[in-house]
Amino acid sequence: MTDSAAGAGPISTALVVGISLGYLGLLFAIAWWADRRAAQGRSVTSHPTVYALSLAIYCTAWTFYGSVGRAAADGIGFLPIYLGPTLIALLWGSLLIKMVRVGKAQRITSIADFIASRYGKSQGLGGLVTVIAVVGVVPYISLQLEAIASGFTILLRYPEARMPTTVSRPFWQDTAFIVALVLAAFTILFGTRHRDASERHEGMVAAVAFESIVKLGAFMAVGIVVTLGLMGLGGPELPSATGNVAAQVILDPALPPFQDWVAISLLAAFAVMLLPRQFQVTVVESSDEQQIRRAIWLFPLYLLLINLFVIPIALAGLLTFPDGTVEADTFVLMLPIAFDRPWLALAVFIGGLSAATSMVIVETIALSTMVSNDLILPLMLRRWRGRPLHADVGRMLLLIRRGAIIVILLLGYAYYQVAADAYALVSIGLISFAAIAQFAPAVIGGLYWRGGTREGAAAGLLAGFSMWIYTLLLPSFAKSGWLPPTFHDSGILGIDALRAQALFGFDGWNEITHSLFWSLCANISAFVLVSSLRAPNATEAGQASAFVDALRRRSLTGQPLWRGRADITELIHLSERFLGTRRTRQAFADYARARGSTSIDGLPADGETVEFAENLLSGAIGGASARVMVASVTQEEALGLDEVLDILDEASQIRAYSHELEQKSRELEAATSELRAANLQLTELDRLKDDFMSSVTHELRTPLSAIRAFSEILYDDPEIELEERKRFLGILVSETERLSRLVNQVLDLAKIESGHVDWCIEDVALAEVVEQAIAAIGQLLDKRGIRLQRELPPLPLMVHADRDRLVQVLVNLLSNAAKFAPSEGGLIRVVLSATADRVRVCVHDNGPGIPPDDLDLIFEKFRQSASGGEKPIGTGLGLPISRRIIEQLGGRVWAEAGLDKGATLCFELPLLERDDITAA
Amino acid sequence: MPNPTLLRQRLTALFLLGMLLWFSPLVLRFEQAGAVFGIPLLYLYLFGVWAVLVMAAAVILLRGHD
Repeated sequence: MTDSAAGAGPISTALVVGISLGYLGLLFAIAWWADRRAAQGRSVTSHPTVYALSLAIYCTAWTFYGSVGRAAADGIGFLPIYLGPTLIALLWGSLLIKMVRVGKAQRITSIADFIASRYGKSQGLGGLVTVIAVVGVVPYISLQLEAIASGFTILLRYPEARMPTTVSRPFWQDTAFIVALVLAAFTILFGTRHRDASERHEGMVAAVAFESIVKLGAFMAVGIVVTLGLMGLGGPELPSATGNVAAQVILDPALPPFQDWVAISLLAAFAVMLLPRQFQVTVVESSDEQQIRRAIWLFPLYLLLINLFVIPIALAGLLTFPDGTVEADTFVLMLPIAFDRPWLALAVFIGGLSAATSMVIVETIALSTMVSNDLILPLMLRRWRGRPLHADVGRMLLLIRRGAIIVILLLGYAYYQVAADAYALVSIGLISFAAIAQFAPAVIGGLYWRGGTREGAAAGLLAGFSMWIYTLLLPSFAKSGWLPPTFHDSGILGIDALRAQALFGFDGWNEITHSLFWSLCANISAFVLVSSLRAPNATEAGQASAFVDALRRRSLTGQPLWRGRADITELIHLSERFLGTRRTRQAFADYARARGSTSIDGLPADGETVEFAENLLSGAIGGASARVMVASVTQEEALGLDEVLDILDEASQIRAYSHELEQKSRELEAATSELRAANLQLTELDRLKDDFMSSVTHELRTPLSAIRAFSEILYDDPEIELEERKRFLGILVSETERLSRLVNQVLDLAKIESGHVDWCIEDVALAEVVEQAIAAIGQLLDKRGIRLQRELPPLPLMVHADRDRLVQVLVNLLSNAAKFAPSEGGLIRVVLSATADRVRVCVHDNGPGIPPDDLDLIFEKFRQSASGGEKPIGTGLGLPISRRIIEQLGGRVWAEAGLDKGATLCFELPLLERDDITAA
Repeated sequence: MPNPTLLRQRLTALFLLGMLLWFSPLVLRFEQAGAVFGIPLLYLYLFGVWAVLVMAAAVILLRGHD
């Protein structure tokens, strides 16, 4: 098949053909396996990583071979093609999720379907998009065929690293022709198994993801080998760069003009979302939104990796082939050959094959769906108007799709044959992108702006596409010699202002930037101006709401914008023609179950059912045709724009209402938990009250039983001696005193706690209070032989307090100290001190002290420190009352203790400022 | 998981950062900036920004995943 001596080197024709076919077989096996897994419900392609890898179909043979070519020609200029997609991917969280949600909700099958659906399910618009896509993308397919064929030819010349000479031969012997046929067969097997084009092609996606790994691996393998060589770390030896003029473009890089840098990035950002194959893998084949989250960073990472070695490879190529006889586009393959590494060369060939085949397969499937659903079917339906439909249109549709695949690939081959090495083929990558960029205003505008109309979108597309033809496609024809060069050089009719690539004197721009600028200008102005001629009609407004509000409408069951009369059997009948009986019955049965009806016959013939049928059909024939078909079997009453807006408004009111309800229920929940907490607190307080009651009764019982016992003795036995009698009566008196003291204190505490105490607040000199308290308790101390030490500063130390209560506190503290001080050598110290803003009173005793664990406990009711095993004396309420009083006065009480040093009880109160005193 | 609006907001901020670093006159400053170990600084800058963007996006999304 080639002019070289086949089979002379280690790489023979048979080997390359065998490996290529073997590789395609492997792809098929992977696809088959993935389809089978999907049928078992264990889909591999719903894995987010597989999805992200399938997006890498963006990197075609044009990337695989062409990036190095561009880098060798103009340095860093290839990079914006990948920077744009990297940045736009960061916006996918809103942009792409919107597209995917709408795509799933309306069973969108292609970019043409998407645009047609957005602007009121217009058949004409779908057809227009299809035409633009086919014209723009078919040459791009040619480029892939060319890449495979030339890779094949170069590989067969191994070990010679030079460009093959062009030999003309009949097309049936031409490599590219055979490649086109094989790929057509392959695509038909992959892509046209289901009638429902919105159904996911699991096998195809799995194969594409696998190919993405292969092409990345092959490219990086060459890159690593070359980089090692360049760095002198083993690997092949490369000539020095000194004196190599061509290599300077790499070694001393310059950015392209700034406007090109930005424009090409923008172009690529559009392409990565709007190219038919990209739309296919990102929207049609997506299964859940988790995938998009992964793709947002994994896809840019892939782009980064596949670009990492472009520059080293370009540099190595320029160094290895300094005389320019080898085209830079083939460096990736030529370098392994020049380094004498046959297996690496084969790997590169397989990598290029992967890049090219995955692009061709998916692009062709996407285009064939568009051609059959948006171009041929509408024409057929128009011809058949009024006549009964073909019994099994669905089957016919599949045949049309298969035919379209073959025709598209043959068109691609024909363009390859005609253009061959002409300029028009080599530069087609970006030219293609520029055609596809014309979809951007309609798609992105349609996702965020409600005002666009069908005519507006069509006008924009037409204006942009015409401008693209004039400024880019025709000049590329002129440069290839198919049009007179005067077209390019001096403008149409010789008018200089109309020169195709320097329109209105915009000279000196890169042709792509120039064309993008003018075509988008024309496109956007026509879109906006024509859309402004009339308000969107009912259908457009409904669809606008479905697209623009895609992120918000999720949970709300959309109210169908349909009213009229329909017959269920007619609808089922219609679906059967396109989808086949089994699938139709299945889908309607599922739907009936979801609506709570036992059988299909029980389904109400309302708007919701009609919408369901229309959606079901959309998956097979596209939204626009589905609408026409459903309309043909139902009697729809046209809804006015006002009604549609009312319905949409109602939907948004329901949304607002449900939002309000949510808010209310949240508030209710908060109130409930507050109540629960309050209830818990009440229960706790109730328990405390019970404890208190039982403690009080217990404390009351002790003196009572003593009183009773001694009274009974006195009553029963009149013979008791006077001495004895006196002693008993003394006990009775003291126990009664204790009882009344206890009752008084309980009452006192209850009064303080309930807040019924009348506080008599005045300015009090603390030293006076101390003296007063000592005077009150002095007798008791004297009786027990306890010494008292005062450490009082000369200052008055004023506080704001209730004098009598403060005396009560001090008496409590002092009597507490007196209780614990030993009767022999007992010593109590009262220390008064002040800091800047607080005054402190401490009462020390030299008694047994308080164990550290009890320091807080002693301020609780009826808790007495039982240190030393003695039964404590007193009521157990003095300290709790003191604490209440001090806290009420804004201070605090605490105990300090070391066991051997005795106990210290202190309280602190805020000091009254000197100014306050004078003011008072 | 942080709410989707917050995630989108963070990614948008990252997008703006990328716009600034790649498509503003900042990038022009690296054009004639010389080389480090024989590698022109322009390449290091462009690819470095790329790696940072990818890593930041991954951190934002993976951390949000927990």
